[in-house]
Amino acid sequence: MPATWPTFEAPSNGLIRPGSPGSRRGSRLRSAAIAAGLAVLVMLGGQPSPAGETLAFIGATVLPVSSAEIVAGTVIVKDGRIVAVGPAATTPVPDDAERIDVTGKVIIPGLVDTHSHIGGGSGGDSSAPVQPDVRILDSINPRDPGFRKARAGGLTTLNIMPGSGLLVSGQTVYVKLRRVDTMEELLQRDAAGNALVGLKMANGTNSQRDPPFPGTRGKSAAIVRQKFTAAREYQRNVADPDVTKRPPRDLELESLVECLEGRRIVHHHSHRADDILTVLRLREEFGFRVVLHHVSEAWKVPGELARAGVPCSVIVLDSPGGKIEAMDMSLATGAVLEAAGVPCALHTDDPVTDSRLFLRSAALAVRGGMSREKALEALTLAGARMLDLGDRVGSLEPGKDADLVILSGDPFSIRTKVLQTWVEGRKVFDRDDPEDRLFAVGGYGAGRDQQAEMCCAGPTK
Amino acid sequence: MSDTAPRSTIRSFAFGLAVALFAVAAGLPTAAGETLAIHGRIIHTMAGDSIPDGVVVVTDGRIVAVGPAATVAVPADARVLRAAVVTPGLIDAHCVVGLAGYLNQDQDQDQLDATEPVQPELRAVDAYNPRERLVEWVRGFGVTTLHTGHAPGALVSGQTMVVKTAGTATVLRATAMVAVTLGDAGRAQGDKKSPGTRAKSVAMLRTELAKGVEYLRKQADPDVEKHPAPDLRLDAMARIVAGEWPLLVTADRATDIAAALRVAEEFGIRIVLDSAAESHLLVDRIRAAGVPVILHPTMKRSGAGETENASFETAATLRKAGIPVALQSGYESYVPKTRVVLFEAGVASANGLSVQEALATITIDAARILGVADRIGSIEPGKDADLALFDGDPFEYTTHCTGVIIDGAVVADQPR
Repeated sequence: MPATWPTFEAPSNGLIRPGSPGSRRGSRLRSAAIAAGLAVLVMLGGQPSPAGETLAFIGATVLPVSSAEIVAGTVIVKDGRIVAVGPAATTPVPDDAERIDVTGKVIIPGLVDTHSHIGGGSGGDSSAPVQPDVRILDSINPRDPGFRKARAGGLTTLNIMPGSGLLVSGQTVYVKLRRVDTMEELLQRDAAGNALVGLKMANGTNSQRDPPFPGTRGKSAAIVRQKFTAAREYQRNVADPDVTKRPPRDLELESLVECLEGRRIVHHHSHRADDILTVLRLREEFGFRVVLHHVSEAWKVPGELARAGVPCSVIVLDSPGGKIEAMDMSLATGAVLEAAGVPCALHTDDPVTDSRLFLRSAALAVRGGMSREKALEALTLAGARMLDLGDRVGSLEPGKDADLVILSGDPFSIRTKVLQTWVEGRKVFDRDDPEDRLFAVGGYGAGRDQQAEMCCAGPTK
Repeated sequence: MSDTAPRSTIRSFAFGLAVALFAVAAGLPTAAGETLAIHGRIIHTMAGDSIPDGVVVVTDGRIVAVGPAATVAVPADARVLRAAVVTPGLIDAHCVVGLAGYLNQDQDQDQLDATEPVQPELRAVDAYNPRERLVEWVRGFGVTTLHTGHAPGALVSGQTMVVKTAGTATVLRATAMVAVTLGDAGRAQGDKKSPGTRAKSVAMLRTELAKGVEYLRKQADPDVEKHPAPDLRLDAMARIVAGEWPLLVTADRATDIAAALRVAEEFGIRIVLDSAAESHLLVDRIRAAGVPVILHPTMKRSGAGETENASFETAATLRKAGIPVALQSGYESYVPKTRVVLFEAGVASANGLSVQEALATITIDAARILGVADRIGSIEPGKDADLALFDGDPFEYTTHCTGVIIDGAVVADQPR
């Protein structure tokens, strides 16, 4: 996300509340309050500040994604950020750095999952087909064991979404898998402290039901068009110079206006080729920014996707079917999109696939013909860009968050294990830790909520 | 009904015709009577050591020779195939492929009839569709034999069968087992007939088994006048208590696994544990009971619910304890509509099993648990010529299955 993004009014809890008239007022004051609030949270959470700490990961094969593989590389981390990546011979290690010998291991960027359902959250209910006001962040349990399992899989950045049973099922939330206890601490924020979120939409069969839900594809599109048309009107009216003519605040339309203005990305569930083209048609009409998700039949329309320049996040499944619109799922989708030049990420859709096995999705895409380079990018930088986080995460480059994964070997081998996962210079998973290992492998207790970090305030792992 | 009844001439012909038509439609070479020589840089025979630089010779649908290429005579007219790795055709030790169609619509879901909780008389052979797309899908990954049939989801949902994924001798066992579900999936179907609690499930199962004992006793009466009226349901229960058919008991919680062992002991019946997510908590009891386990897919979802304590390492735990264990693709209600047992064994091989041990869970050990090891599961002279060819380590994600042979016919030759 560019640093020049418009700032939104941020309430004192730091959650987003954009778009209301006069929202810029007092934002600086609020930002300061947020920062102070965060600092308190961090202290309460028993998380020592990473400030001042310098780490040097030495000896691993480094796959930065944004540049060529480095054999026997060094990664220097300071204050939670990457400060240097390069060959050991030419990358000096600061005297005060804690040296971490990872000889023989492989370091890749923390994995970015553009589409996850972990945390037990839920979005809109069955009262209406369009509910853009509903925030999934209000329903997520940060102690859900899914978070620990995701860290065991090397995931560090997630887009957690409501389901696909509604045309618009609510606001998604971008999180960092820090070891924390509250939703507020998990949030990925912009420079002003606002939570970063998307909007979940769906078409095809999942959102077709008895009224008030649509019964056909044509009706589905019409309902969405009607709502976005209303949002345009609202967008005009809230800007009326005559304050008395401005409409009362409407949380639903406010959320859609953000999409119209490109400040919030639409994450759109779509499988069948014609459903994909319908999304492109609506995007053309309303100008929202969109990432297509699942795209079982994207391999049938690569030219249209390439011309539209719309990125795709692909689900990799073990077999076709399960529902009619996934009947032509192909392991070659990643390869076809790569050949067409369509930006391509992968996602877990956890619980549809297991976060602990996210690397497997990319390996199967390679089996289907995708290049190894693009497959690794699809797990990291490509997804980061689809969340507008391409300048902060997704690759190992100076200035980026120190989110990285230490692997025992080739990222695409079934025998490779995630040994450690680091978020912002802090170790959040260690396979040598018996408690972490339980969540990586499974066994009795792996389904239990995790212990609150706050209660014990022990040393962080 | 005996095991051989459905293998009547007509049925075999019908299956054969269907498969032949499919093969022609798909443009695949058929090979009745053809001699094949399959060279492998390594051949995992699953009968003794693997053979580097080996060859398998196949004639008339059977394996006639296997050994080092230097010592095995290959007939001059043999069609030669080559692969990096050759394994026995893979066996999916439990699935619903062929009954639970890939579209997942009401009209293609024949794996579960929910009108009654106890229906052991439902035969899988009456529901299996050899042309179902998922049959072809798993076959492309080297799966040549399925143990498929009625699904978990009712207390006693029906029978299972063992069937090849193509070929002329399609049905290996018309009735392999009878499917029982304990725990959440086996109760509370919303009707008044299904059990509402775990204890009720077990009580109802015991009642049905007791009826089977009674039916059997009456059948043995020397006075034929006193024999019971023929009843398919009681006949099935009688075969179970007589030890002819084992129960395939789907039970994930340790509580339910223990209940299954308790019932098996009480009635002296054969059971096979299915799914068994918490079997790692009861290793000693399962081993003492001599009960095999057809374990859940290694990658089974382990979120909330009865499989929350599942472990990637359970296959290794059971095997190291000496418990016979096979792997299954299981039952999926959404996407993906089936898993692929090759992938499940792969993950087991990365979590405590050696490549050989993991292969055994989807070849020879699966064949033994299913009672078909005389025909399939290893590469040995005299066995059915069911083979899977790979361009590398079969368990690596990026390897491809490059060929599949069933009863000596090449049924897949495109990399998958």
